[in-house]
Amino acid sequence: MNAVTKPGLDRRSFLRISALAGGGLLLGYTFKSGVLNAAEVGQPTAATLGDFAPNAFIRISPSGAVTIIAARPEMGQGIRTSLPMVVAEELDVDWASVTIEAAMFDSIYGGQSAGGSTSTPQSYAPMRQMGATARAMLVEAAAQTWGVPAAECTTAAGSVLHAASGRRATYGSLVAKAATLPVPAANTVTLKDPKDFKIVGQRVGGYQNADVVSGKALFGIDQKLPGMLYAVYEKCPVFGGKVVSANLDKIKTLPGVKQAFIIEGTANLTGLMPGVAILADSTWSAFSARKQLAVTWDEGPHANDSTAEFNKKAAEIGSKMEGGANIRTVGDTAAALAGAAKVVEATYSYPFISHTNLEPQNTLAHVQGDRVEVWSPTQNPGAGTGLITSALGIPAANIKLHITRSGGGFGRRLSGDYMVEAAAISQKAGVPVKLTWDRTDDLQHDHFRPGGHHFLKAGLDASGKVVAWQSHSVTYGVMAAGRGGGAPTLQAGSGGSLDGNQFPVGAIPNYAAVQTIMECNIPMGPWRAPGNCAFAFVMQGFVDELAVAAGKDPYQFRLDLLAAYPAPAAAPAAGGRGGGGGGGFSVSRARGVLQLAAEKAGWGKKFAKGQGAGIAFHFSHQGYVAFVAEVTVSRTGALKVDRVVAAVDIGRQIVNPSGAENQIQGCIIDGLGTAMYQELTLEKGRMVQSNLAEYPMIRMPQAPAKIEIHFLASDNNPTGLGEPAFPPVAPAIGNAIFAASGKRLRQFPWSKTDLSWS
Amino acid sequence: MSQYTLNVNGQSRTVDVAPETPLLWVLRDSLDLVGTKFGCGIGMCGACTVHLDGAPVRGCQTPISTVGAKRVTTIEGLSAAASHPLQKAWVELDVPQCGYCQAGQIMTAAALLRDKPKPTDSDIDDAMAGNLCRCATYTRIRAGIHRAAELGANGGAR
Repeated sequence: MNAVTKPGLDRRSFLRISALAGGGLLLGYTFKSGVLNAAEVGQPTAATLGDFAPNAFIRISPSGAVTIIAARPEMGQGIRTSLPMVVAEELDVDWASVTIEAAMFDSIYGGQSAGGSTSTPQSYAPMRQMGATARAMLVEAAAQTWGVPAAECTTAAGSVLHAASGRRATYGSLVAKAATLPVPAANTVTLKDPKDFKIVGQRVGGYQNADVVSGKALFGIDQKLPGMLYAVYEKCPVFGGKVVSANLDKIKTLPGVKQAFIIEGTANLTGLMPGVAILADSTWSAFSARKQLAVTWDEGPHANDSTAEFNKKAAEIGSKMEGGANIRTVGDTAAALAGAAKVVEATYSYPFISHTNLEPQNTLAHVQGDRVEVWSPTQNPGAGTGLITSALGIPAANIKLHITRSGGGFGRRLSGDYMVEAAAISQKAGVPVKLTWDRTDDLQHDHFRPGGHHFLKAGLDASGKVVAWQSHSVTYGVMAAGRGGGAPTLQAGSGGSLDGNQFPVGAIPNYAAVQTIMECNIPMGPWRAPGNCAFAFVMQGFVDELAVAAGKDPYQFRLDLLAAYPAPAAAPAAGGRGGGGGGGFSVSRARGVLQLAAEKAGWGKKFAKGQGAGIAFHFSHQGYVAFVAEVTVSRTGALKVDRVVAAVDIGRQIVNPSGAENQIQGCIIDGLGTAMYQELTLEKGRMVQSNLAEYPMIRMPQAPAKIEIHFLASDNNPTGLGEPAFPPVAPAIGNAIFAASGKRLRQFPWSKTDLSWS
Repeated sequence: MSQYTLNVNGQSRTVDVAPETPLLWVLRDSLDLVGTKFGCGIGMCGACTVHLDGAPVRGCQTPISTVGAKRVTTIEGLSAAASHPLQKAWVELDVPQCGYCQAGQIMTAAALLRDKPKPTDSDIDDAMAGNLCRCATYTRIRAGIHRAAELGANGGAR
């Protein structure tokens, strides 16, 4: 298996080649994303004359070389390895014979966004189809050549075999014939029986690993063009602020500086913001000149916003249910609370945080007239190209976008702000421009995970059963026009809105959840498992508190709540984005992972004081994950996570167990680090923290000593794993910390809470 | 601007840059050795780790004027054809996720293995604490270093 990156052909040569290759070979499937021109999906591309390219994802040359095109962006989640594995499996070739090529951004590939852990569920079945169709055509080519029925032919390792006559033909030798055949209808193609899989289900390393370990894998920040200038872009530290003036005359005299100018920008907080560009002959010249940049800003009406004020306001709002917008109401919660034997109250909160991709945002753009060629580390190519069209007037058809490998995604690169900035600077400068953000830009101009505040109250009856649950959630939003335009309304930041399906809603007879959005002017965006990444901590933490109040074992308490859910037919309809209990929540799958984690961890063990175990589970992104965490908290309050046992149900097929385990290991450590350390605070309308010294991230010594992963195969379609394993980490560890130390953690970051005990 | 003649990966390279320019940017922008990465610019993430006379340093904190005749080794020069035991172990155990930090991780680990060919978990934690992995592949980095120690015996850094 090899990795290459080749530019795609433009549309005209693609059509010509398809015609020559007897193309126009529509394979007929649609992606769920709905953003593509379905009529074009699956058509061949980039074939050189003589290759067999039955669809956009496969090329086989007469020499037998197999190229599989990876359409989805790679940011560490392993998708450019796992989806080609699926194609290669059904095509029936040796993995070692496959070269993987990263696709350009093009509607022929269907959806090319990688977010919401949707790449696998959207592409698994279509990629099987792509491989199987090509295989069927190669079989047909051999059958016709040999004059035997196709049904008598089999395939293995890139060859067609006819057992009765002992004949064998390599795929390469069949290419010329296969290219003349019509593409069979999708429903006539037989897929492999999964028990015959040879590649899918095996541990396969990342497709560019050899290049990564030798420094050859190129990220966005590594791209270069002849004549390129290196750019930095200074934006107002108060979000939305405009440039009044800048000392550009001085900046232009500094060493290495070639150009400096103001970009007026737009009012879109997550689009092209106003700022000052400095272009120089090297990154360091640009960075150095920027230190002498003096800008007068019009900071706008939000220059006094602060975290302290928002916290105060949230506490006032959350002190009562009145004023909140209804999320879900069942029964009579006020009456049930009044009649409860025991009432438990708690407030949970978490701050704004940054994605902190280790590769800072960057893009190389070359605008020439009304055309642009772009190299960008994006996980959502359409977001950036959309902004280039809307802000710079470059037609979509004139944008050629190379999707580079990304140094981390986590949702940040679903936004296209840095892409449009680079294009705007190149447009004005008239030369190719590589824009590089520094760490401070990245931390202070993120599209942040919104903070949140949850004011909870629950009532237990004398037997310890939860009879009432009340919550007022307070989140953050900005005034923005809706998708259809129109007057701006207050819209919650990405992931801020709580849905009404969070566990344990189905088990509570009297339930009232309301929400209030506090207006701010902070750009917000999806952050690994949006919403879920924080809600799971709140819900699974509070459920743990209720178990303690009820005098019940936290594991058994959760099983009891699941048992109290109505039968599936009466359960809430499927829908939503899969929060704690929504989007088709399956009680049996939740119970399955909970039981598996408890069993593998040996739940119920006795621990010495200062040690303890915690359990939590969560459903999101079509995946079910439960953890048991075991921790030690020293008398002085030092935390050590000794062991985390994971039980994971993402459907019937793990495409690549090595990649899947890597995601789970990463989620566990990232989940701990986020809970423990991460916090951004707003003062005078700007983010205070400017680099890793003030915004610590988890490091190796703090990582759990031992992680054990168990998969539970269920008869459901496979889903992605970039996100589902993240949400339950913090509550499992937080609940373990309570068991060990008696300290209940209700606020991120935990590092601000003294965990010492005596 | 001043001229500096450097010994990079065994080759003599001359650059013309401002004296305070960090080695990181000389490698990346002047010499096209982009395997060494920029992460934080303040020496706290370790993505820019290279060797100076075999000792790991932060490229972003090393002004070019201080390098002199010291041998600079980058990830591109760590071994021929990715044959260092750490590189082999990283591929064998599928350590990387996004991969952005891994050059720095490997350069730090190479210096560790040269000094301590059979490191304990605690040696590894101490040596690697300065290298951030945002994807949090620490479990595999730790396993990778142990595996390299097995494979490598004496395959430490140059």
